[in-house]
Amino acid sequence: MEIIAQRPKSLTDLQFTYCPGCTHGISHRIIAEAIDELEMRNQMMGVAPVGCSVFAYKFFDCDMAEAAHGRAPAVATGMKRARPDMHVFTYQGDGDLAAIGTAEIIHAANRGEHISVFFVNNAIYGMTGGQMAPTTLPGMKTTTSPYGRDETDIGYPIQACELLNSLRAPYFIERVSLLSPQDILKATKIVKKALQFNKEERGFTFVEFVSTCPTNWGLAPLEAMKWAKENMLPYFPLGNFRDKSIEGGE
Amino acid sequence: MAEKVLMKGNEAVAEAAIRAGCRLYFAYPITPQSELIEYMAKMLPKVDGTFVQAESEVAAINMVYGASGTGRRVMTSSSSPGISLKMEGISYIAGANLPAVIINVQRGGPGLGDIQPAQGDYFQATKGGGHGDYRLIVLAPSTVQEFADMADLAFDLADKYRNPVMILSDGLLGQMMEPVEFKPAKTKEEMEKLNKQHYDWCMHPNEDEPDHHHHEINSLEIDPLILEQHVIKLGKKYDKITKNEQRHEEYNISADNKVIVVAFGTAARIAKSAIDQLQEEGINVGMIRPITVWPYPYEAISNVLNDKIKKVVVCELNLGQMIEDVKLAVNGKLPVEFLGKVGGILFTPDEIKAKIMDNRGE
Repeated sequence: MEIIAQRPKSLTDLQFTYCPGCTHGISHRIIAEAIDELEMRNQMMGVAPVGCSVFAYKFFDCDMAEAAHGRAPAVATGMKRARPDMHVFTYQGDGDLAAIGTAEIIHAANRGEHISVFFVNNAIYGMTGGQMAPTTLPGMKTTTSPYGRDETDIGYPIQACELLNSLRAPYFIERVSLLSPQDILKATKIVKKALQFNKEERGFTFVEFVSTCPTNWGLAPLEAMKWAKENMLPYFPLGNFRDKSIEGGE
Repeated sequence: MAEKVLMKGNEAVAEAAIRAGCRLYFAYPITPQSELIEYMAKMLPKVDGTFVQAESEVAAINMVYGASGTGRRVMTSSSSPGISLKMEGISYIAGANLPAVIINVQRGGPGLGDIQPAQGDYFQATKGGGHGDYRLIVLAPSTVQEFADMADLAFDLADKYRNPVMILSDGLLGQMMEPVEFKPAKTKEEMEKLNKQHYDWCMHPNEDEPDHHHHEINSLEIDPLILEQHVIKLGKKYDKITKNEQRHEEYNISADNKVIVVAFGTAARIAKSAIDQLQEEGINVGMIRPITVWPYPYEAISNVLNDKIKKVVVCELNLGQMIEDVKLAVNGKLPVEFLGKVGGILFTPDEIKAKIMDNRGE
């Protein structure tokens, strides 16, 4: 019997702990597929965040470290500096990366650490039950912005790709989405590209996934994807911000 | 016999750490430990080591966490306010059973305090500091030589127990120069052995093994029954350390002691001068100097107590922190008196002499 699709080797056979319709499963899978295809698994170390994907250290089947909230880029720095012969990625959510871990991500990027950062932006804190994230949209209601995010009071959502793009060191920065099959195919390509650059020791690579949180947004999965396309993409435009492998990509 | 060199404590401990096989160091500048980070910045690249000046002490300790997860000897250092920032990471390192060495060159506190020597971080170092049930092995040097020797000891203990070890020094020991004799540096063969000693649990490439491994560096156990077992296991480790690793120095203990001084680190160093001067005057005062302040040498103190001793005098550069452990050791058998200095100010030998004479019961 010919096998045409199977679980990537870089994922364990544990059942995901994510809610129905959550896009973490998709982003896990496309990262794992890329690790397999690029034959990086034997030398791969990952860093899991705090948030919904806190158990990523159990899901990716390579060596994994669980970091304190926001500290993944610092932990990854220590790992990569200790084992430059290995590859390192972090997987972080919006609260982790763009709020409590802003210093760590900016400085890891600024040092041009040879790591890949996968950033899942769904504009909300999922694990703790739907509180406001640094990427929550203006006017968006969450349990800690019950009257809608008031940007005059708490500021505008942080655009991580744009912020990191102000630094000279990063090698590759791109924002993709997981909001349709076409978007996922595109994201698959970009993830593989980032990990290819990682394997080639080109420098710091960053991929942001515009994602959804049907549970805490209070929307059915497909409605959540539609809502994200209509509301998140205007604020978080998709595309490449930095690609030092091509001329003029800087 | 190796040659003695005159060095500052901060530099001596850095050199000793490199000789002990430390090739990874992450830290953030702070007075009065800056010579340590500067020494590492200068010397580590010369031995193919890695020095990273982190964006904060928080980041530095998390770099230590990551590097330690690969099984390599790794160190960070700071001074009091910076050590507070490292406490989050220290708790995670302890929770994940990781070896690491942390040096605290203590200064006056609380808050920003000042930049003079103090011992106000005793509680933080020995009773927690970070969250959760964990223990740090804490070594307290009182000379530059001992400070340097403790680098080697700290790495050995950290590796043996898979536990973070703190060297609790202070601004005096960091800044002062004394002659130091170093142990020989680890050989290439010894380094290779060290680098693979943790391969049964650490993150490392799969090349050497037939089966793919999945090693997790982690302190999270969401199932209470599993966390319970994890913490019980940590507790058993701490029991073993308590049993095996208590260290202390006995100074001038004799049958005619009427007062026993208990002091650690720089305070013990000054107390020694006071005791020496009294001895010249024909008065024998004994001293117990805890070298490990965790595990605390309770029995070493209780064992020297006898009917002739009138009082125990505790000298510390704080408002009275270690005195609580001394009282536990003395267990109500004798009065425990206290001499403290705060604000980064040292007591003089004369002040200690006066305190001792006041308590000899004559």
